[in-house]
Amino acid sequence: MESLYLAIPLLSLLGAVIAGFFGGYIGRKGAHSATIMGVGTSFLLSLIALNHHVFNGADAYNATVYTWMISEGMRFEVGFLIDNLTVMMMTVVTGVSLAVHVYTIGYMADDEHNWPKDSLAGHNSYQRFFSYISLFTFSMLMLVMSNNFLQLFFGWEAVGLVSYLLIGFWSVRPTAVYANLKAFLVNRVGDFGFILGIAAVVMYSGSLDYYEVFAQADKMSSQTMTVFTGVEWSVISVICILLFIGAMGKSAQVPLHVWLPDSMEGPTPISALIHAATMVTAGIFMVARMSPMFEYSDAALSFILVIGATTAFAMGLIGVVQNDIKRVVAYSTLSQLGYMTVALGASAYSVAVFHLMTHAFFKALLFLAAGSVIIAMHHEQDMRKMGGLKKYLPVTYWTSLVGSLALIGFPGFSGFFSKDSIIEVVHHSEIPGSDFAYYAVLAGVIVTAFYSFRMFFMVFHGEERMDQHTKDHLQEPPKVVTYPLIALAIPSVIIGALTIKSMVFGDYFDGAIFVNNSHTALTEFGYSFHGVWGFIEHGFKGPALYLAALGVFFAWLMYIKMPGSSAIFKKKLSWLHKLLENKYYLDDIFAAVFGGGSRGLGDRLWKFGDIAIIDGFFVNGSAKVVYWFSGIARKVQTGLLYHYAFAMIIGVLALLTMFVIV
Amino acid sequence: MLTVSLSSYLTLSAILFAISVAGIFLNRKNIIVLLMCVELMLLAANINFVAFSHYLNDAAGQVFVFFVLTVAAAEAAIGLAILVVLFRNRRSIDVDQLNEMKG
Repeated sequence: MESLYLAIPLLSLLGAVIAGFFGGYIGRKGAHSATIMGVGTSFLLSLIALNHHVFNGADAYNATVYTWMISEGMRFEVGFLIDNLTVMMMTVVTGVSLAVHVYTIGYMADDEHNWPKDSLAGHNSYQRFFSYISLFTFSMLMLVMSNNFLQLFFGWEAVGLVSYLLIGFWSVRPTAVYANLKAFLVNRVGDFGFILGIAAVVMYSGSLDYYEVFAQADKMSSQTMTVFTGVEWSVISVICILLFIGAMGKSAQVPLHVWLPDSMEGPTPISALIHAATMVTAGIFMVARMSPMFEYSDAALSFILVIGATTAFAMGLIGVVQNDIKRVVAYSTLSQLGYMTVALGASAYSVAVFHLMTHAFFKALLFLAAGSVIIAMHHEQDMRKMGGLKKYLPVTYWTSLVGSLALIGFPGFSGFFSKDSIIEVVHHSEIPGSDFAYYAVLAGVIVTAFYSFRMFFMVFHGEERMDQHTKDHLQEPPKVVTYPLIALAIPSVIIGALTIKSMVFGDYFDGAIFVNNSHTALTEFGYSFHGVWGFIEHGFKGPALYLAALGVFFAWLMYIKMPGSSAIFKKKLSWLHKLLENKYYLDDIFAAVFGGGSRGLGDRLWKFGDIAIIDGFFVNGSAKVVYWFSGIARKVQTGLLYHYAFAMIIGVLALLTMFVIV
Repeated sequence: MLTVSLSSYLTLSAILFAISVAGIFLNRKNIIVLLMCVELMLLAANINFVAFSHYLNDAAGQVFVFFVLTVAAAEAAIGLAILVVLFRNRRSIDVDQLNEMKG
């Protein structure tokens, strides 16, 4: 199996290398064939691995593939840890990636229109794009398959890099460049916490290997460390919170979420692949993978719970006022990531990963559907200029409906199972902050339903608000676009019902995820589970379903029944609208405090440190001293012979006098 | 027989030396005078050598004088040669105008 595991990431890398370095020779067709072959084969091999581990019940595979170096007993290695959690992630990553690769053929077909005529960067941009998304798949696979913190960090940074490259893919647009820089900088903040966490792990356990570190988690939970003099903190809590700060950056949790909505500047396929389905879930995956450590720290879990709940509710609310179709989906992603984080905080790692999987399918679907609308609308993204697209784009319409229903948790759809599980689990949780989290996620349900169907109605129903030219050209995008939609719609419906029993309540994650006996939320919830139908029935008894229905009803009321009413609300609640429109002013605060602060600091350093001290004192100062001194010295140099002779005689006399007197 | 004491020789030599130094300082016109003053200075030193040599009964001092005279002759030759070239280039041997090296 080892060579098979090794082949899975390397085939994606091979595709990326071929398309990236030889894109000019092999042309567009060669580039997309090479990368799709690579990722497709990775997907098939992942399925084989899935079958091997899940259905044939193979033991977890944990081995080193390559030792980079050994320094004072510390081993720096590349290795794989393949268990049920990993194979699930591998299958989701390669599966969604494959769908996105195919879709990209259609989306990027006329990419040359996005570049100025003689732009060098626009040359072979199509091949470059395929190279990047394949490289991303490789990075993400390295991240999830890792068996040690070093490789995890490598994958972590590599997906960040590819994300940077892809957000700013259209590098001739200033907004794209601004957005990718922002994403990179915000992620640096998270990564700083993450690498501090890894350093603490190494310091207290002396190892980078997952299993060796996990074995010492119990021991670390009783140790304390002095952070400031006189303040003792539990080692495990510090490590877990630091690691989670890394996850907050990558998985876009408040307050490090600001990069994700802006990342919509990138082409739509990567919004689907990176900023919805895979990369942003890296943080969720990481916490689930580290569950043997997080389980020992109630403080960290509580922190996670509160951050997640805040994200789930507050970010959904912003989605309500967005008019850009992709931004609505982006805020919905933020909100759903908040849900996953809440589940992590409630010690229900399996539920979080379960929601991660269902979300990957329906969110990729929603994004690709949004992309399909954008292609049909000739790259118009403003929903106020859409409407009534149902009859022009039937396939996109129905797949979007499936995606939206899955997102709001319509009974029987995959999102229903995962989201209801999260709400129930939080209800059972007794970690501090769980009450707040429960009400936040419940309120989030109504918000989710409202913005999802607001978008759906604004785009596909109501009057047609586009101009005549666009209307004349409206037609369903080609098959490479619609087939991935259908391919993603199927799991969006069925995957939840198929897997909830084994993933959430069964023994699927035994050995991969560890839950402390004192955290009983999931076990308690499990008592009430009696099969899939029982779960659906149970859903009708809880408030979530009715709240979702209420949200859809409001959306219908405001955008179909009485289309003018949204303007009235906007007027009546102008302060709220303004607050949401400005994203709680967080961007402005960050720009003012951190951006302005560092600019101010830089300005001071420039004016005082650079101009005054270095330029003024050292560089120009020394030159000035030499100039002044030489001004005096040159007066002596008259060039007249008798002056020199005189000086010489005087010198001789002076020396003689000295010699005689002393 | 009239004996001339050492101090007389030394006084003569000092006077000659002083004249030559004054000549170097006071002369503003002719560079040949400058050369002559330098020669005179060397001669003043030579008188010192000879006087001490006789006084101390040591011939080494007089040997030195021969060397100094040789070097002085060579120096005068070179000095005059430079002077000729200088005059050819500048059409003047005026000391006051020779301040090319002014800083």
